[in-house]
Amino acid sequence: MSATNSLPLSLKASPRLRLPAGKHIGLALALLYLTLLILAAIAPHLLAHGNPYGIAPREAFTAPGWQHPLGTDQSGRDMWTRLIFGARNSLVIGIGSILLALSVALSLAIPGAFGGAVAEQCVKWIFEILFSFPAVVLALLLTAIFSSGTFPLIVAVGIGAAPGYGRMLFGQFLTIRHAGFIEAARSLGHSPAHILRRHLVPNAFRPLLIAGAMGVGQTIIWASSLSFLGLGAPPPAAEWGTMLAMGRDYIAEAWWITFFPGVAIVLTMLATTTLGRFLKNHFETSSS
Amino acid sequence: MNAFSDTSQSGLSVKNLSVTFSSGGVSHTAVHSLSFSLTPGEVVALVGESGSGKTVTARALLGLSGPHAQITADHLSLNGRSLLANTEQQWRKIRGAEIGFILQDALVALDPLRSIGTEITEALTAHKWGTKTTREDRVLQLLTQAGIPLAKERVHLRADQLSGGLRQRALIASALAMNPPFLIADEPTTALDPSVQVQILELLKQLRAAGHGILIISHDLGFVSRLADRVIVMHHGHMVEEGRTADLLSAPRHSYTRRLLDAEPGRRPPRPSTPARQTALPLLEAHNLSFSVKRQDGTRKHIVQDISLSLFPGRTLALIGESGSGKTSTARMIMGFQKPETGFIDFLGEPWSRSEKAGVPESARRGRRPRLAAIYQDPLSSFDPRWTVQTILDDALSVIHVPKPERMTRIRALLDQVRLPDTLLSKNPLLLSGGQRQRVAIARALAVEPSVILCDEPVSALDVSVQAQILDLLDDLQKRLHLSYLFISHDLNVVRNIADDLIVMQHGRIIESGTAQDVLTHPRHPFTQELVAAAHLIGDATSSLPS
Repeated sequence: MSATNSLPLSLKASPRLRLPAGKHIGLALALLYLTLLILAAIAPHLLAHGNPYGIAPREAFTAPGWQHPLGTDQSGRDMWTRLIFGARNSLVIGIGSILLALSVALSLAIPGAFGGAVAEQCVKWIFEILFSFPAVVLALLLTAIFSSGTFPLIVAVGIGAAPGYGRMLFGQFLTIRHAGFIEAARSLGHSPAHILRRHLVPNAFRPLLIAGAMGVGQTIIWASSLSFLGLGAPPPAAEWGTMLAMGRDYIAEAWWITFFPGVAIVLTMLATTTLGRFLKNHFETSSS
Repeated sequence: MNAFSDTSQSGLSVKNLSVTFSSGGVSHTAVHSLSFSLTPGEVVALVGESGSGKTVTARALLGLSGPHAQITADHLSLNGRSLLANTEQQWRKIRGAEIGFILQDALVALDPLRSIGTEITEALTAHKWGTKTTREDRVLQLLTQAGIPLAKERVHLRADQLSGGLRQRALIASALAMNPPFLIADEPTTALDPSVQVQILELLKQLRAAGHGILIISHDLGFVSRLADRVIVMHHGHMVEEGRTADLLSAPRHSYTRRLLDAEPGRRPPRPSTPARQTALPLLEAHNLSFSVKRQDGTRKHIVQDISLSLFPGRTLALIGESGSGKTSTARMIMGFQKPETGFIDFLGEPWSRSEKAGVPESARRGRRPRLAAIYQDPLSSFDPRWTVQTILDDALSVIHVPKPERMTRIRALLDQVRLPDTLLSKNPLLLSGGQRQRVAIARALAVEPSVILCDEPVSALDVSVQAQILDLLDDLQKRLHLSYLFISHDLNVVRNIADDLIVMQHGRIIESGTAQDVLTHPRHPFTQELVAAAHLIGDATSSLPS
């Protein structure tokens, strides 16, 4: 029905989360990949036996084969081992920066949407100011100030991504605030605290979840780009962006040094986006 | 190719038309073996409630059913030519030139960025009609024909700059551009105020007199019977009855037709007049409320001016007016969601809202809020989308501190009161029908044990037979629970079934008030007279039928 189609995704009925069988092969693959990725981040020893930092100059530039399924890099380190051990770094950066981005976004969007007319106007201005800096330039600026390393990278990406999420959530929260059921709850005689607890927070949580799931892949790409530019974890750290940057010099002779970290980044991005998209579609359509 | 000449072949002829939609392996037949014919100078009405298949039929006749529809018929022809195997290109030649289409909502149907003149010119150029100058003349002629005064000035206006009635006329003018012998009008007056509906009705009558064959689609049997020569009643995709309007209205054969007729608000008995008991104190009292908004140029637009009203225990006060008359703003002030600029509101003998800067704080109202419940036109938006019927009612009961163990019993009792089965408890309102949703909204309103329920257009979005059920339910609850209703509506026919007292609003002011019977039988203000006349015209269709 048309009236419900126009509702923002945060205002849809909550269906039970039902994992589709067979029909969503993409989703199944994404979930499988993400499970492996999380396993690699928590317990890399289960998936790879070597030492990601163990140098073996004699085995440098070995092409993918039985001994080294993904080949070795210029110092003879096994690429598979480095990729697996690098998962933790990349995931921590990706999740850390999305969490930071969402926290900053929330700390602007919540007072903006629920804090009265003055706060709403101020937050609108803040967003306009933040948006006048391109996000990547902002991130570059921050890494330049804080020097390179994992933590500064998280801060840079998190702050850079915050305005986009902030404005999105601000809009969603405004819609929730003006929804008919909020007024209906007021007219029943519910207190503001009750309305916040029973309506605003649960309804606001959903767009937040979707933004988070869709965003991790994006922040991993950003972080890798900054690492590639030399602003992330310094070599020889096992971090996908850094690995990508190191392979650049040998791309003509040893394509696998750049290729496999690139594949890992792309797959992570695809998997998280698939999951996020599934959540979004699920909340938008499954109610009918 | 004179379509107006009466040969045996002339007209639109449909025999055993079925329309089936299939997607993802599921198929649904929206129209089952429908047969009828339409000749020039004749008006045939296709009547039914939502989901009856009437719009699907109209779209099939215009080749607009879309790729998922499967259309079968023994016979679907226009002036002897079969339309069944038409290509899209052939349909384009027919649409506009031979069959014109008038849509329900002119604001949506007309391009918001273009003037109505451009819109109509386009209908002409699409069929390569005339030259630039002859087209300009033709557009003015069409606008005049559709009854738009000062057409020369208005031809440059966009749809949003016109009133609802003029907008609908502009849409009709564009459908008439190529002077098609046949017109299909899908709910042409549903979005309009009653007094404007009557004007459009007159215009359609003139078009019939000019020889156009019109297929009019409507949910409102009373309205179309003023115009139609023949009526076809549809229900769940089947034709349940067909006949000459007078026969069908005076002696309906099918039970569904009888139910539709009985549900017509105008047909239902008006509420017996009961004089107000002078001794009782009013529950709700509003004095001299005004409200305005600032225009862009800094001047103020008065939305509500000087409204006073008193609602007494056990009575229904109806607030009636067309769109833009200030009803909704008045309702918001009474609900305490909008502070009045002048005047004050008392509820249960204590201050409820004040125009003074200090006003009445929300905390002072909160304790009394459960005593003033509300139901709205769109109940769905007033429910948290994550909640089931049970959660909605449970939450309402928590307001009046019903202990948790007792709530389930109370919830079942509430559902029983609004005549809903227990099986709906675990359902999300999204899955319920419009009538069921409104019943859930009424149950929630009753849950907080109110003295007054504000009903803001509670039946406007419902089919007539469902309207009647909801109005009966409200009436019954009022008697049993001694409730007072403040009933806001644009529809005089709905109001006269339920109101004891009536206030008529126009342009933000009260122009007439009194007991419902007085106002309806002896309207004094010209606008009220017009409203009453329009309501009678539509409601008492049987009394003056086209011969």
